[in-house]
Amino acid sequence: MARLLTGKCSLAFNGGVDSLLKALADPTRAAILDELVDRDGQTLFEICARLANKHGITPTRQAVSQHLAVLEGVGLLRSERAGRYKFHFIDTSPLQEISRRWPQQTPESSSERTKP
Amino acid sequence: MRINLASIFVDDQAKALDFYTNTLGFEKKTEIPLGDFSWLTVVSPEARDGVELVLEPANHPAVKTFRDALVADGIPFTSFSVADVQIEFERLAKLGVVFTQQPTAMGPVTTAVFDDTCGNLIQIAAMAQNPGA
Repeated sequence: MARLLTGKCSLAFNGGVDSLLKALADPTRAAILDELVDRDGQTLFEICARLANKHGITPTRQAVSQHLAVLEGVGLLRSERAGRYKFHFIDTSPLQEISRRWPQQTPESSSERTKP
Repeated sequence: MRINLASIFVDDQAKALDFYTNTLGFEKKTEIPLGDFSWLTVVSPEARDGVELVLEPANHPAVKTFRDALVADGIPFTSFSVADVQIEFERLAKLGVVFTQQPTAMGPVTTAVFDDTCGNLIQIAAMAQNPGA
C-alpha cells in the first residue's frame, strides 16, 4: 500500500514538472508571461492587444483563453475577479520545482565530482 | 452615405449625461423626451458638427449579458481619440475614473481603457507622435 502511494506520488511529481515544461514550451505562452512581467494584472483584452502589437502574435481570443487556462493549470498564472473585471497575474513560484530537480552546480559540488 | 451617429448602451441616461459631459468633457447636442427615455446625444467640443454619440437606454434584456461578458474580459465597447493618452489618463484618474488598462504603447498607438460608470469600458487612443514630423 505504501509502495503504491509512493509510486503515485512520484508519478504526480514527474507529471507536474513535465506539464510545467510543456506549458512554458510555447512561444505564445512565453510571450504572455513576458507581458505580465512588464505589468502584472491584465485583462484578457490587454493580453491580446499586447500579443498582437508587441509580438505580432494574433491568435483568436478563445485561443488566448486556452493558453491562459494551461498556464493557470500549472500554477504559473492566477486570475482574480475584481467587481465586473477579471485580471490575470503571473505566479513564478512553480518554477522552483525546476531548480529543485536540477539544482545549480556550486563550485564545491563540481570540484567534488572532478576528484579522482 | 455617411456615419453621423454612434450608439452606446447606458444604465441610466441622466447619470450617463453627467459622466459624458462633466467628466469626459463632451457637450449635450440633443435631448428629446420619448416616454420613459430620451433621444440623448453628445458631441465633442472639438467637432460639434461631427459624429454624435447616442446614449441609448440599456433596458433590452440581452444587453446585460452581452456587456457583462465584454467587461469581464476587459473589452472596450468603443474607442475615443485623444491627443495624449497619458495626460488624459492622469486627468481622468484624478476625477476618480477607474482604469482597467493603464496607458500602454501598442506599436504605433498608445491606448488605455476605463470604466464609464454606465456599464461599459471605453478605450482612449492616440497615434504616437512621429519624431521626424
